[in-house]
Amino acid sequence: MLRLILNKIGLLIPTFIGVTIISFLFIRLLPGDPVLLLAGERGITGDRYADLMHQFGFDQPLWRQYLDYLVGILHGDLGTSISTRRPVISEFFTLFPATMELSLCAIFFAVVVGLPAGVIAALYRGKTPDHAVMTTALVGYSMPIFWWGLLLIILFSGILGWTPVSGRISLLYYFPSVTGFMLIDSLLSGQAGAFESAVSHLILPTIVLGTIPLAVIARQTRSAMLEVLDEDYVRTARAKGLAPFRVIGLHALRNALIPVITTIGLQIGVLFAGAILTETIFSWPGIGKWMIDSIFRRDYPAVQGGLLLIAIIVMLVNLLVDVTYGLINPKIRHTR
Amino acid sequence: MSLLEFTNLSVEFETLNGGFRAVDNVSLTVDPGEVVAIVGESGSGKSVSMLAVMGLLPWTAKVTADRLTFQGRDMLSMRPKEKRKIIGKDISMIFQEPTTSLNPCFTVGYQIIETLKKHTDLSRAERKNRAIELLRLVGIPAPERRVTAFPHQLSGGMNQRVMIAMAIACDPKLLIADEPTTALDVTIQAQILELLIKIKEENDMGLVLITHDMGVVAETADRVIVQYAGQQVEQQDVKGLFRDPHHPYTAALLAALPERATGDQLPSIPGVVPGQFDRPAGCLFSPRCSFVFDRCHKEQPTQAGKELGCALCHTPLVAGKPQNEAA
Ligand SMILES: Nc1ncnc2c1ncn2[C@@H]1O[C@H](COP(=O)(O)OP(=O)(O)O)[C@@H](O)[C@H]1O
Ligand code: SF4
Ligand SMILES: [Mg+2]
Repeated sequence: MLRLILNKIGLLIPTFIGVTIISFLFIRLLPGDPVLLLAGERGITGDRYADLMHQFGFDQPLWRQYLDYLVGILHGDLGTSISTRRPVISEFFTLFPATMELSLCAIFFAVVVGLPAGVIAALYRGKTPDHAVMTTALVGYSMPIFWWGLLLIILFSGILGWTPVSGRISLLYYFPSVTGFMLIDSLLSGQAGAFESAVSHLILPTIVLGTIPLAVIARQTRSAMLEVLDEDYVRTARAKGLAPFRVIGLHALRNALIPVITTIGLQIGVLFAGAILTETIFSWPGIGKWMIDSIFRRDYPAVQGGLLLIAIIVMLVNLLVDVTYGLINPKIRHTR
Repeated sequence: MSLLEFTNLSVEFETLNGGFRAVDNVSLTVDPGEVVAIVGESGSGKSVSMLAVMGLLPWTAKVTADRLTFQGRDMLSMRPKEKRKIIGKDISMIFQEPTTSLNPCFTVGYQIIETLKKHTDLSRAERKNRAIELLRLVGIPAPERRVTAFPHQLSGGMNQRVMIAMAIACDPKLLIADEPTTALDVTIQAQILELLIKIKEENDMGLVLITHDMGVVAETADRVIVQYAGQQVEQQDVKGLFRDPHHPYTAALLAALPERATGDQLPSIPGVVPGQFDRPAGCLFSPRCSFVFDRCHKEQPTQAGKELGCALCHTPLVAGKPQNEAA
C-alpha cells in the first residue's frame, strides 16, 4: 500500500512540471498584457509602460521569466498579484475556503442524490424508474452550466423569490472568518438567521455545480450495480436469507463502489472547471471567480500561481482517491 | 415426514424470444440423512430447479409447482420474509464456483458471522468463536488466522470449505450442493465430497447433490434423479440405477463412464442438450438416442411406472433391451 502511494507520487512529478509550463504559457499567449490593462481606457505613455514592464520583470526573455517562476516555486513563493499587490499564495488561500465549501457541498449533493438514483435505476433496469433516471442524467450532463444557472436563478430567485441571487451570505451579517467555511462560521457567530442565510445562498450554486457530477455518478453507479447484481456472491448473500436491503446496500453496493469512487475522484477536476463558471454566475467570492478576474486583468502571477495551486489540489485529491480505492478494495490493499 | 418435497415443479424464463421452459415437471423428495443426486449434462436445468426451491431465481423466472413443502410447510404460499428465516438456516446451498461465490470485499470470517447473526442469538464473541470452530470443522488449518482472510487470499478448495462452513453454520436440515467440486482439482474434489458426507452423517442432514459426474453419484448417493433438457427422465435408487438403467439417456451416461479413466471428464454421448431454439418435437432425447424409432419424433413419451424408474420413454429399457416395442 505504501509502495503504491509512493509510486503514485513519483508519477505526479512530471505532471507537476507540465502544469508549471502550461500555466506559465497559457496566460502569456493571450493578447494584451497586465500593464496595458492596468492603465485601462486612459492609456499610458511609452516610457511609463516600459518602466512598469521592467518593474514587473516582463521585459525579460520568456525562459528567464519561467526560470524565475520555477525558482520562486521552489522557495514556496508564487509572486505578487499585480492588481492587488498581495502575495498570490495568501490571496489564493483567503479565497480557497469559499470554493472548497461550494465544491464539497456540490460533490456531497451529487453523491447523496446520484448514488441512490443509480442504484434504483439498476434495480429497475429497463423499467420506468430506470428510464427516468437515465434521461434526467443525460439532460443534466448536457446542460450548459451557464444556462442552467440562469434558469435556476430566474425560477427560484426571480419568479419564486426563494433564494438570493449572489454572494455567500446576506450583507446584514458580519462576523470574522474563523474557518473560512460560511456554514461553520455563521454558526460560530451565534447571530440569529446567519446560518439560514448562508444555506440559502449555497443551495443554487450547489445544485448548478453538482449537476454534472451527479449525472456521471448516477450513470456509473447504475452500470457498476448492474454488473455486480449478476455476481455469484450476491446470490450467495441472498441464499443466506439476508434481507434485500442488506444484499443490495451492503454486498452489491460495496463492490459497485469501487469503480464509483474512482469516478467521484475524477469529477474533482471537472468540479474546479465548473466552479469557475458557477462562481461567476453567482458572484461567489472563490478561486474560480478570482481566476476569471485575474485572466481578464492578465495578472500573470495570479493566473500562473492560481492554476498551479489548483493543479496541486486536484492531484492531491486524486491521490486521496487512489488511497481510498486501495482501502475499499481488499485485492489492492494486499498487494505489496 | 420427508424434509423437502415437491411435485411437478416447472420454471419458465421470460426471454426476448418468448418463454423458455428450463425445468419441466420435476418432482423430488428428500428425507433426513438421505443423499439424493441430480445428474445430467450441463444445461439440463439442475441448478435452476434447486435455485427455484431456494427462491434465488431472477424475476424473469416463473416458478410453478403442484406442491412444494419443507418439513411439511408450504413454501409456495409462504411470504418472502418467512422464507428468509428458513433459507440460509434450515436449507442452505453451496455453489459450483467457490471463488466467485464469496464476496471479495469481506473477510471469510465476516461472511460466516453474518449468517450466524441473521439466524442465531449468539453474542458477538460467541459468533466469532463459532466461525473459527466452523472453519476448523471443515478442515481449514490455522482457522484463528484464516478467519480474517479475504477470499482472494485462499485457494479454490479452501474457499469451497469456507462456503461449506457458511452453509452449515446454523446446522441446516437440508444442504443443496450444486456441483460443489466441478471447479476444483481432482485431489481436492474427493476431500470436499468426503467432508460433505461426513457432515451429513454427523447431523442427519438431507443432502441434494447436483453433479454431472456418474462416478461421484456411485460413491455418494442413495437415490438418483436423472434430468435431461429440463425433464426428469429417470429416478431410481443408486444400486438399481447402476444395475439396470431404464432410460436410454441413463444407459448412455453409464456406458460413457469407463472413459473417465482416460481423463475425459464429460460423458461422451454424441450431440448436445437442446436449448431454447433447437428443441425437437416428440421426445427431447430423440436426436441422440440409439433406440429412437418413428413414434419418438412425433409423440412426447409419458412417465413409466415406479418399477421402470419412472422413465420418460416410449420403450423403457430392461436389462438394456427396449420394452413394449410393439406399441
Ligand atoms: N436467468 C436465466 N434466464 C434464461 N435462461 C436461463 C437462466 N438461467 C438458466 N437458464 C437456462 O436454463 C437452462 C438450464 O440451466 P441450468 O439449470 O443452469 O443447467 P444445469 O445446472 O443443469 O447445467 C439452460 O438452458 C440455461 O440457459
Ligand atoms: S422415447 Fe424414443 S427417443 Fe426418447 S428416449 Fe425413449 S427411445 Fe429414445
Ligand atoms: Mg448448473
